[in-house]
Amino acid sequence: MTATAPRTGAPADRGRAVVRVGPVSGRFRWRHLAVPAVTAVVVVLLSAVSLGRGDFPIGVGDVLRTLVGLGEGTQEFIVLELRAPRIVVGLLVGVALGLAGALFQTFARNPLASPDIMGITQGASVGAVAAIVLAGTSGTGALLGGLGVPLAALLGALATGALLFVLAWRTGIDGYRLVLVGIALWAVASALTDWLLTRAEVTDATAAYVWITGSLNARTWDQAVTLALSLAVLLPLALAATRALGVLQFGDDTARGLGVRLATTQAAVVLLAVALTAVAVAAAGPVQFVALVVPQIAVRLAGGSRPPLLASGLLGAGLVVGADLLTRTVLPQALPVGILTAAIGAPYLLWLLVRGRRRSTL
Amino acid sequence: MTTTLHPPATSIGPVRLAAESVRLAYDDRVVVRELDLQLADGSFTAIVGPNGCGKSTLLRALGRLLRPVEGRVLLDGHAIERTPTREVAKTLGLLPQTPVAPEGLTVADLVARGRHPHQSWLRQWSRGDEAAVAEALAWTDMSELADRPVDALSGGQRQRAWISMALAQGTDLLLLDEPTTYLDLSHQIDVLELVARLHTERGRTVVVVLHDLNLAARYAQRLVAMKDGVLVASGTPAEVLTEELLADVFDLEARIVPDPVAGTPMVVPVRRLR
Repeated sequence: MTATAPRTGAPADRGRAVVRVGPVSGRFRWRHLAVPAVTAVVVVLLSAVSLGRGDFPIGVGDVLRTLVGLGEGTQEFIVLELRAPRIVVGLLVGVALGLAGALFQTFARNPLASPDIMGITQGASVGAVAAIVLAGTSGTGALLGGLGVPLAALLGALATGALLFVLAWRTGIDGYRLVLVGIALWAVASALTDWLLTRAEVTDATAAYVWITGSLNARTWDQAVTLALSLAVLLPLALAATRALGVLQFGDDTARGLGVRLATTQAAVVLLAVALTAVAVAAAGPVQFVALVVPQIAVRLAGGSRPPLLASGLLGAGLVVGADLLTRTVLPQALPVGILTAAIGAPYLLWLLVRGRRRSTL
Repeated sequence: MTTTLHPPATSIGPVRLAAESVRLAYDDRVVVRELDLQLADGSFTAIVGPNGCGKSTLLRALGRLLRPVEGRVLLDGHAIERTPTREVAKTLGLLPQTPVAPEGLTVADLVARGRHPHQSWLRQWSRGDEAAVAEALAWTDMSELADRPVDALSGGQRQRAWISMALAQGTDLLLLDEPTTYLDLSHQIDVLELVARLHTERGRTVVVVLHDLNLAARYAQRLVAMKDGVLVASGTPAEVLTEELLADVFDLEARIVPDPVAGTPMVVPVRRLR
């Protein structure tokens, strides 16, 4: 047996950059930087195009000038006051859903583990639809109605997340069990939503239906700022979980053998993913399919054995803003963005699956 | 590659890992009862016994994966339950029976994960990590396969990759749960040679759960035999592998002859009793 001397670029470092400054050291794949970088550029361009579109068209150049503070009065008002909140909410919702999906899928070692499949977004729908339908009635219903749709959605998502957590928890969380419990919760929440819809007035039902599909119509700066503040807390926490996620991917025994405090880490990751989903859904409704499809696209573009968080977040932003742009420009009638995210995301994932040699697992 | 033989341990080092009258159970089902075991520094111990006798359960408890219902496990004299997980992971490495690697993970990535207990948020890939991983890969002869996905390897190569990860973890103690499962005989020998070299050349204290008594007798210095959750015998292979013990523990009528290669006891089965 010959012990070969480490070659230039030790075997573990191929395709990677190593950074060492004093006691700080890190290692990353070039593709894990390149994919987010390219995606970020695309997202900015998509956003600029989207900001220019509407009843009063503005060129991309003018939009970019306005964004850096060099625009003229009218354009500034239209871009920053009328259109920007919608785009900013779309971007942030995409980031949150992409990250939530990546966290869930890595943790559960299952590509089906996304907040759409596991009932979190359905739970938010129950809250929101209840708030819409029960507003103006008397008793406890009025109380729910008085909360307002975003808050009711947030509570619905968090309550479902808590239920998911409690029901899936034994001595730790088994990923498979988490998905199964989630699907059961999804079914219960769907039934509740349908029941509420059948009781609703037609106008309420229509409003509720648009909300359930996920829409960016008529968003305000208030909503954008609330969402941004939530993400300012959740995003660093999610990125801090990266190191643990790499080890959580192994079986529980191996992860604990490598020094991970399993129960604490699992609980933190699940709660973080639920919180990210909840704030996103509260802002824009359950924009379909983003959390499910984006991490899978990200891992196929960036390589590696699990969805990269940064790329997942940015691709999520791109998908939501891109789909919103399409609904407002190409289609004859402005549809809720959620219809298109599913229509774009699903075929793209299928294409990647058919083209790639990897199976559909993580 | 020459066979690595182990003369029986003559000197016993300090106790590194000990079980003190542990009772182990999954929910209400008691699997191991009042078991005492001491593992000395630099020893190579094989736990043997029929299926379901609790040997893997015992190994899990020794590795802090299962909390004893009663009694306690001591690592270097301290209750392992109260030692921080990360500290345990720096001293004691373990390989589950059928470890799963995420799809697409390369051998180099797998081995690099072995450095997890030594890393922190700021120190994610130090020169020490890099050197340990390169050395573990070279030592297990996996450098050439470093860029291959683990799921594309053969069973024997995969087991080498996992052992390489355990080596990169740099722990004094190594617990392995049936590392030869699903391997053909030549790969079983290959893996056990590797483990034996970890013991002799790298001074690792090794505890391994093994099914094959002849291989256990050949590679381990000490055998621990279990039956129905109870420790039945413990000692050198020659002390433990007797015709009486095989009849009692394995319900097997057998002759014991010297292994013509290693001189260790070799079991020649005659028939199943009862």
